[in-house]
Amino acid sequence: MKTIAELLTALLVAVLGCPSMGRAAELKVVATTTDLAAVARAVGGDDVDVTALARPTEDPHFVDAKPSFIRIVNQADVLIEGGASLEAGWLPPILDSARNARISLGSAGRVVAAQGIPLLEVPTQLDRSMGDVHPQGNPHFMLDPVAAKTVAQSITTSFCAVDNARCADYQAGLDRFRTAIDAKLRDWQATLAPFKGAKVVTYHKDFEYFFQRFGLDVLDTLEPKPGIPPSPTHLTTLIPKMKAEHAQLIVIEPYRERNNPDFVAENTGAHVLVLPAMPEGKADYIGLIDSDVSRIAAALRKAPAKS
Amino acid sequence: MGRLPRRVGMAIAVLALGVAALPRGVRAQSEELRRELEAMRRQLRDVQEQVRKQEELNRRQAEINKRQEELIRKLTAERAAAPSPAAPVETAAAPSPAAPAPPAAPTVPPPSQPWSPAQPLTLLSGARGYLNLSFDALMDFGWSTTPDVTTIERGDHDPLQRGFTLPNEEIFIDGAVDPYFKGVADLVFKLDKDNATEVELEEVYLTTMALPWNLQAKAGQFFTEFGRLNQQHPHAWDFVDQPLVIGRMFGPEGLRNPGARLSWLVPTPFYSELFVAAQNSHGDTAFSFRNTEDALFGRTPIDRPVRNPGDLLYVPRYVASFDLTDSQTLVTGLSGAFAPNASGRDTRTQVYGADVYWKWKPSWQSGGFPFVSWQTEALGRRYEAGAATVERVGLPPLALPRETLGDWGLYSQVLYGFTYRWVAGLRGDWVDGDRGAFTPDENRAQQYRISPNLTFYPTEFSKLRLQYNYDHGKLHGDDNSVWAQVEFLLGSHAAHKF
Repeated sequence: MKTIAELLTALLVAVLGCPSMGRAAELKVVATTTDLAAVARAVGGDDVDVTALARPTEDPHFVDAKPSFIRIVNQADVLIEGGASLEAGWLPPILDSARNARISLGSAGRVVAAQGIPLLEVPTQLDRSMGDVHPQGNPHFMLDPVAAKTVAQSITTSFCAVDNARCADYQAGLDRFRTAIDAKLRDWQATLAPFKGAKVVTYHKDFEYFFQRFGLDVLDTLEPKPGIPPSPTHLTTLIPKMKAEHAQLIVIEPYRERNNPDFVAENTGAHVLVLPAMPEGKADYIGLIDSDVSRIAAALRKAPAKS
Repeated sequence: MGRLPRRVGMAIAVLALGVAALPRGVRAQSEELRRELEAMRRQLRDVQEQVRKQEELNRRQAEINKRQEELIRKLTAERAAAPSPAAPVETAAAPSPAAPAPPAAPTVPPPSQPWSPAQPLTLLSGARGYLNLSFDALMDFGWSTTPDVTTIERGDHDPLQRGFTLPNEEIFIDGAVDPYFKGVADLVFKLDKDNATEVELEEVYLTTMALPWNLQAKAGQFFTEFGRLNQQHPHAWDFVDQPLVIGRMFGPEGLRNPGARLSWLVPTPFYSELFVAAQNSHGDTAFSFRNTEDALFGRTPIDRPVRNPGDLLYVPRYVASFDLTDSQTLVTGLSGAFAPNASGRDTRTQVYGADVYWKWKPSWQSGGFPFVSWQTEALGRRYEAGAATVERVGLPPLALPRETLGDWGLYSQVLYGFTYRWVAGLRGDWVDGDRGAFTPDENRAQQYRISPNLTFYPTEFSKLRLQYNYDHGKLHGDDNSVWAQVEFLLGSHAAHKF
């Protein structure tokens, strides 16, 4: 009993003695993924200190809810999540332990990027025999530069609400980002214009928004259903379909296994292109789209026109 | 519609002609006829008016229907067109379309999407409902060399018998109560050895979300935050059964009771958290404490009342975590549990535990694979047993002195998610105790177990597991068991704590 009393006393002393945390000069921003982090940096510049939780090269659906994330989220002024169940498997337990009212749902410091984005593939029926379909729609919208502008707007609104003194800076950052996207969008569309209507196959439904934006046609996915790995039955129907439709490109994320993509490529004569879906390191958002667009253009140029 | 009035009209004309043709002598009679005719005319006008009204109503309804259809078409089209994929370059060239952000601090979150008929109505799942509801079912089947499986499988959610067991079928409900609390309820159904349904209110608690100073409180009935495994529900276990040492220290149900817990996120440069729980100390869910359900170590349990706050169960725990590298995380913890026990009037129990968890998950993981994890928990118990007398059939009564019993044990397990959806596991278990006056005692004798297993996860919502157990006990000798386990989960998406 004595030890318990001592423990409680120690706890009380520590709680009362803990200096109240002063707001750091920079806005502490936490983003679940690096694409959101890159947009936050574009808007906030030097006024914000942005941390991304998930690593850029990993599957964003299956991130571990590491305890260190609890500490990071606990100290955040702003939390930016993709939403639409992208982080449903790992963000909730972090939020439960983070005890940070500044970033609770509905607070100025919480940005749900999917809000305001018209999502594709919103299911009319929820049934898991259809695979792991996201109830609110496809959450991989960040590769669409126009969607990224909307997200930048949501982020700016939050930054201004949390840190009104530097609102003008954030507005300027938003304007710069939008102008840059608008200018680049014409280049990107021009680069991919010769391939309009080209058929591509992806692994997961990760690139839908990107290809729709640039007029390419996603013929099918290697997964028979979202989250279900490629099955022989599916591949044996996919291969003739790809041949018939002259699909020359299989686009996969960096973390996917190569066996099935390579097998399909061998049997169809298509190329496998590993396309990063997230900016790595301190890379910016426009740089990611820039590189992805030129990679696709290069791969499609390399592909024989018709078999 | 024109047919009915015309026919009526003709009839009226014929009647009128007839009336006109009548000689004067029959005028009296005709007066009556005239009145009838008048009545018929009135009826005709009424019918005509009714028909007209009905037609007008029909027309209006058709208009409403048309307008509704148009609205639905428009909304659906808006929804489909809104992402404006493959939008023409002009869109991009146009000045930034969104309104400039308000200069003053708006506390309103970004506007949510307008409702469209293409959107599903989700009441109980996803991020739309007020509560997340799920149902998780576990089924075991297998065989053991011992006909009485419960001699080696002491947990209530372990396989209970040769053949089939439904050890844990749970309804899990959680959600935000309001901006201040989160609520959790976990109702467990299971079938006992006689196929009778048992219901457990396993957990019901609320957690605060907005306490100051990085504090968090929890109140209700909950699994005590002692070590790692005691907090986990059976469907989250990596093996079919609970480790031996958990059964020794916390009994078949694990350590959980009504109470309250306060935790503090310590402001260290790494994650660390301090928990202190106060819970009721009686019942078989407080196995090593004021447990009047089980006669432990030869002592008949005494129903001790709670005389002062010191008679409750107190559980402090400290956890710290370190990211060793970008892909390796270490979590370490120390726990203690202190309360009186039921073997005497002033006897107490202390349980101490140390736990370590290490996980490697590379930066190129896909679907959560591959990974390697290692988890070990060591527990020790100091049990002050009261003096007692044991009646024995055909033998003189055995006098047990007041004594202090020491028990300890550990388990250590390695999991290797070697390829997408497949996990191989190996666990070693060992428990032992010092020599007490009551011997032999199945609750204290040395025992160990080796368990290799293989688990296949078709999706996050189902699993198939095969496990082999080699059991050795000083009292029951060697046993071999093979258990298969099937799990399915319905309802809201499961999120996993680290």
